[in-house]
Amino acid sequence: MLSHKETDLTATDLQEMYKTMLISRRLDERMWLLNRAGKLPFVISCQGQEATQVGAAFALDKEVDILNPYYRDLALVTHFGMTPEETMLSAFARGADVQSGGRQMPGHFSKKASNIMTQGSAVTTQIPHAVGASYAFKMDGEKRVSLATLGEGSTSQGDFHEGLNFAGVHKLPFICLIENNKYAISVPTHLQYAADKLSDRAIGYGMHGEQVDGNDPIAVYKVMKEARERAINGEGASLIEAMSIRLTPHSSDDDDKYREADELAKNKDMDCLESFKLYLLDEKIIDEAWLKAAEAEIKDTVNKATKAAEAAPYAEAEHALKHVYEEVNNG
Amino acid sequence: MTEITMPKLGESVTEGTIENWLVKVGDHVSEYDPVCEVNTAKVTAEVPSVHDGVITEILVQEGETVDVGAPIYKIEVDGDASADETADSNNDEAQTEAPVKNEQPAMPKQQGDRRLSPVVMRLIGEHNINIDELDGSGFNGRITKKDVEKYLADGPVKKAEPVQQTAVKPEPVQAPKAKSSNESGESIKVSGIRKEIAKRMVQSKTEIPHAWLMMEVDATNLVNLRNKHKAAFKEKEGYNLTFFSFFVKAVSEVLKDYPILNSSWDGDTITVHDDINLSIAVANEDKLFVPVIKNADERSLTGIAKSISTLANKARTNKLTGDDMAGGTFTVNNTGAFGSVQSMGIINQPQVAILQVESIVKKPVFIGDMLAARHMVNLCLSIDHRVLDGLVAGDFLKAVKEKIENLDPDAVSVY
Amino acid sequence: MAKLSYLDAIRDALFVAMEQDDNVFVLGEDVGKKGGVFKVTEGLQEKFGEMRVLDTPLAESNIVGTSVGAAMMGKRPVAEIQFAEYILPAVNQILNEAAKVRYRSDNDWNAPMVMRAPYGGGIHGALYHSQSIESLFVSTPGLKVVVPSTPADAKGLLMGAIKDNDPVLFFEHKKAYRLLKGEVPEGDYTIPLGKADVKREGDDITVITYGLCVNYAIQAAEQLKEEGYEAEILDLRTLYPLDKEAIIKAASKTGKVLLVTEDNLEGSLISEVSAIIGENCLYDLDAPIMRLAGPDVPSMPYAPPMEDYFMMNPEKIYKKMLELSEY
Repeated sequence: MLSHKETDLTATDLQEMYKTMLISRRLDERMWLLNRAGKLPFVISCQGQEATQVGAAFALDKEVDILNPYYRDLALVTHFGMTPEETMLSAFARGADVQSGGRQMPGHFSKKASNIMTQGSAVTTQIPHAVGASYAFKMDGEKRVSLATLGEGSTSQGDFHEGLNFAGVHKLPFICLIENNKYAISVPTHLQYAADKLSDRAIGYGMHGEQVDGNDPIAVYKVMKEARERAINGEGASLIEAMSIRLTPHSSDDDDKYREADELAKNKDMDCLESFKLYLLDEKIIDEAWLKAAEAEIKDTVNKATKAAEAAPYAEAEHALKHVYEEVNNG
Repeated sequence: MTEITMPKLGESVTEGTIENWLVKVGDHVSEYDPVCEVNTAKVTAEVPSVHDGVITEILVQEGETVDVGAPIYKIEVDGDASADETADSNNDEAQTEAPVKNEQPAMPKQQGDRRLSPVVMRLIGEHNINIDELDGSGFNGRITKKDVEKYLADGPVKKAEPVQQTAVKPEPVQAPKAKSSNESGESIKVSGIRKEIAKRMVQSKTEIPHAWLMMEVDATNLVNLRNKHKAAFKEKEGYNLTFFSFFVKAVSEVLKDYPILNSSWDGDTITVHDDINLSIAVANEDKLFVPVIKNADERSLTGIAKSISTLANKARTNKLTGDDMAGGTFTVNNTGAFGSVQSMGIINQPQVAILQVESIVKKPVFIGDMLAARHMVNLCLSIDHRVLDGLVAGDFLKAVKEKIENLDPDAVSVY
Repeated sequence: MAKLSYLDAIRDALFVAMEQDDNVFVLGEDVGKKGGVFKVTEGLQEKFGEMRVLDTPLAESNIVGTSVGAAMMGKRPVAEIQFAEYILPAVNQILNEAAKVRYRSDNDWNAPMVMRAPYGGGIHGALYHSQSIESLFVSTPGLKVVVPSTPADAKGLLMGAIKDNDPVLFFEHKKAYRLLKGEVPEGDYTIPLGKADVKREGDDITVITYGLCVNYAIQAAEQLKEEGYEAEILDLRTLYPLDKEAIIKAASKTGKVLLVTEDNLEGSLISEVSAIIGENCLYDLDAPIMRLAGPDVPSMPYAPPMEDYFMMNPEKIYKKMLELSEY
């Protein structure tokens, strides 16, 4: 793990980063329980990728920067302002769901007030959206960046190439973060791409490219922080590849049988939540009492979010007819 | 004042029934404006005015039948108010002869396509319009929405089109009348032709003491013969060599040997006809026509087949003329065409017999002591018992039977 | 008012809209320095600069995708797709993204953007420069599809599309660019989307069409007048969502309806128009609903006789109009 002393991260920052990773993990685990209990139809997880997401999130300015996340980014959006209750409202498809009003499956993040752009399910469409947003920032001379994240499988899509090419041409304040968890559902990296590193593709787009240990939130923070600096200084876009792991199957509908047991066991040993905790304990930034209090506080938060969301009503069926177009009140 | 008489609509017609007056007393009519619809034996025609003038008196009421030449209405001819002459409309050859001269009378335009579009149906219902008062300006005389709108704006328009020809009229589609509370189903106004058919049927059935006999005929030779030649015949002649043609041919030949069946009864005398003119019954939707194959005994099988084909086509396309239907002396009815195997025909007055040719059916039949599959057909003969007795009728039928059964299935030609 | 061509009217709309609102910007292939392959955007870059009149890389999905992103940030991009058939690589961004942004975010986000594309044939453009591809897009709730038929409509509807707060596909008939000329109001002239327009009054038959075919139908109607028939011509203008009320009214007026499109017949827009009339106007119909369209072949061929065979023209419309009039 990179020493935090090589960054500007304070002890408080590091505690916050850990708590964000922890609450994301606990929310995710709760959703799996609710799924297996028959209360939620579908869960798609962040587990194993929280370090990458939190490292990236803390490197951005959530007041001005724009996110185009993909479906695993629970920790990323949580830092940007998606509350645990909002996450649960989405999981339960309740009417008060800020992401889609109960229209989309969970994991399709959206919240304008938190600068999180709405996402669809056809992967990689978010790349041109983020690039377009960064073009708007450039037009207006704003010191803002847009971040798009995606899995390594999505880098095979045309929109990845088209978007990065455009961002490179115009030196846009844009960061593309590949969360390489080595599987696109069941397809491993050697069947997805032949390059040594996906970040090497940056050369072809005329932008900065860098691979980083995605299990190390401090390393990701550092790389992302530098990328953001370049972006707002007019030095253009960056392609960051965070090497990560997926601790769960692809989704609650996936059985994970395509992976060997020893691989899964090895992944557990690399769990970023555990390694970051040990680092913080070693560095005396937290202690057991702090951890216990944090766990208790987060458990309480998750419980309350679950209860509140479960108790919340669905939208009226006719709400399905709303918001196809702008509804102009002529009355 | 000019008196107009019942025209002679067709050569053999002697009387006519006023079906419908299209004018009333006081109406001014122009030459060629239709004045009334007249119904004669199976022909309905619109009779046009032969003068410009004002109708002063109607002498024959709707439904009344009068002889040809009887006065039917009076007209005051324009510019001739003081004149008091009696004109005989029969003098006007051009009008009365037209139907005979014209083989294929043109349809009056507005009598064409009487299918109504949804909007026309709706408007007719809403405004309670009698569609007979509407002129159709659309394709084939279809009544268009605009025609209805024009009618509503301007009121009924006199049918301007001169109707000079006698035509076999298709029946106008009648808008269903409103149902009264104790009625169910649709009421259909009885058309002139239907009335005429009804009248003649009742007359025949009540006046003539019908007797009936049936013979079973082995038509296997006929079937084989016809099957052997039908494809080549169709290709060569362009129409079908039907079974019915063989029966008509056989009847025309046998009638020569039994002339009493080719006669008519008029109460005091029985007239035995020289000519053998065979009426054949043809149905067209709700109407029944009986066109005639003239001098059938002088025609070849091909000639008969051709006549049947031509007359049936004319009947289906409403192109039969009065002449086509005049002069029948004996009727052969192809009841087998609709699958019947046994039926009792009503005699077509003043003829004295009618032969029904039934369906040919494959049946097991004993030949000697052996069972064989044979094509069998029933011939059913209705006779006027005032003129004919069972013996002569039986002999006649047996002769027809033998003609059919003795056909040579291997004949190289049917000509 | 000035007399402008259809093309000049479109450029005028872009000019006025860009002057009015700094958030409006134009992007596409060759739209900047060259001024577009049809010269629609000529002079815009000189006036508004390279950022607002942007020559993009040759990648349609990105043109539309970046427009979606910029629009969500409050910009009003006007993307040009060089030829309508080249929009197909961008279909995922149009149907799955742009059209669903508002709905899927429960009205939190919206994408006010316009995608202009020259469509239609009769210009020796062969299979890939002649297509009418509107039928691919006219059953996508969330998306609006507009086709102007006159210079004035081209300006007013384009300004309406730019001001609209939802994504709009704006098809311009490339043969109409220089063929059609007409009076066009100066300055801000906006026609709100969603309203069809009666381009000619008549009470014998109703012709419903859009785009260049409106002009052809008007020519045919003048010829038909000599036969004593007057045709009502309804220009749909917005193909999606359709102005059902205007369609029902126009169809019911005469009860005889001819639907015309340059597209091939099967599954074309007029099939939906026909269904609307069938569902709503049965008791006002005086004739079968008639459709006139291109043949069901993949696209318009290059050789002139085959092109003419496919392409709609006033004579074809006249013949069908006369047939319906006399029905």
